[in-house]
Amino acid sequence: MDEASREWLAALGAEGAAREEGVARLHDLLLRVALHEVARRGTAITGPELDDVAHQSADDATVAVLAKLPTFRGESRFTTWAYRFVVLEVSSKLGRHYWRRPAARLADEDWERLPDRFGVDPSAHSERREMVDAIRRAVDEVLTEHQRALFVAIVLGGVPLDALVARTGSSRGAIYKGVFDARRKIRAFLDANGYLDDAPGAGSDGREGAGRP
Amino acid sequence: MSEWARLEAFLTTDPRDVGCDEAMAVLHVYVEAIAAGLDPAARYPGVAAHLAACGPCNEDFEGLLAAVTNPDLGG
Repeated sequence: MDEASREWLAALGAEGAAREEGVARLHDLLLRVALHEVARRGTAITGPELDDVAHQSADDATVAVLAKLPTFRGESRFTTWAYRFVVLEVSSKLGRHYWRRPAARLADEDWERLPDRFGVDPSAHSERREMVDAIRRAVDEVLTEHQRALFVAIVLGGVPLDALVARTGSSRGAIYKGVFDARRKIRAFLDANGYLDDAPGAGSDGREGAGRP
Repeated sequence: MSEWARLEAFLTTDPRDVGCDEAMAVLHVYVEAIAAGLDPAARYPGVAAHLAACGPCNEDFEGLLAAVTNPDLGG
């Protein structure tokens, strides 16, 4: 473990004023990272609201770092390990913030949005219809209700994955897994039914549980 | 890329993809290796596959890399 990381562990593992000073230094550092990160992401949120996101992220990340301190194994510098907590907190807070937008809502099944997601020309009516019919048939025939709901929200509705995490109380990993399985099954369906005959690389299978995650 | 190719690219999954939890668990190690000019994708191919497919985890990767390599943050 590098010397700076050892010093961090010593400061945060101390008692009394020395620990308080270490925690204050950690919070100050994580707040600077949070402010840098919310600015880097270029979200539509600005001003005091964005500062709030950064401060809440730094506060919660500081608590998380202190709670997880015994698990730090020195695989990276301490600060890199600690920064990860605050970056993840920023994602989580921004996901929650998404629902404060007046227009934010879970999408209806508006299938006409699907071709736009993949850049089909609005005037290419027959191609738009073909894509909608193919995907809709796949969704109807091979997805579970849960996978269908995730696919509709994320692909048709454009809801960010972290916003869906905030809305459902599920984890990012669980939602990603649901969408991953949905993608794989739809692709296998399109492949088996000749929709992808002209596309390169066709031939995956759609078995439940095949592949990861 | 045609519209159907874009759709196919979206639907194509990589069986090496380890998922969000596993990728985030080693993100600090992965990022530090990148910052040091190494190629962590060779050691963590499943993490590389995940970061290529998962927008939110890739955003976290970019954010952590930006923080680690920013001298003004002075960790």
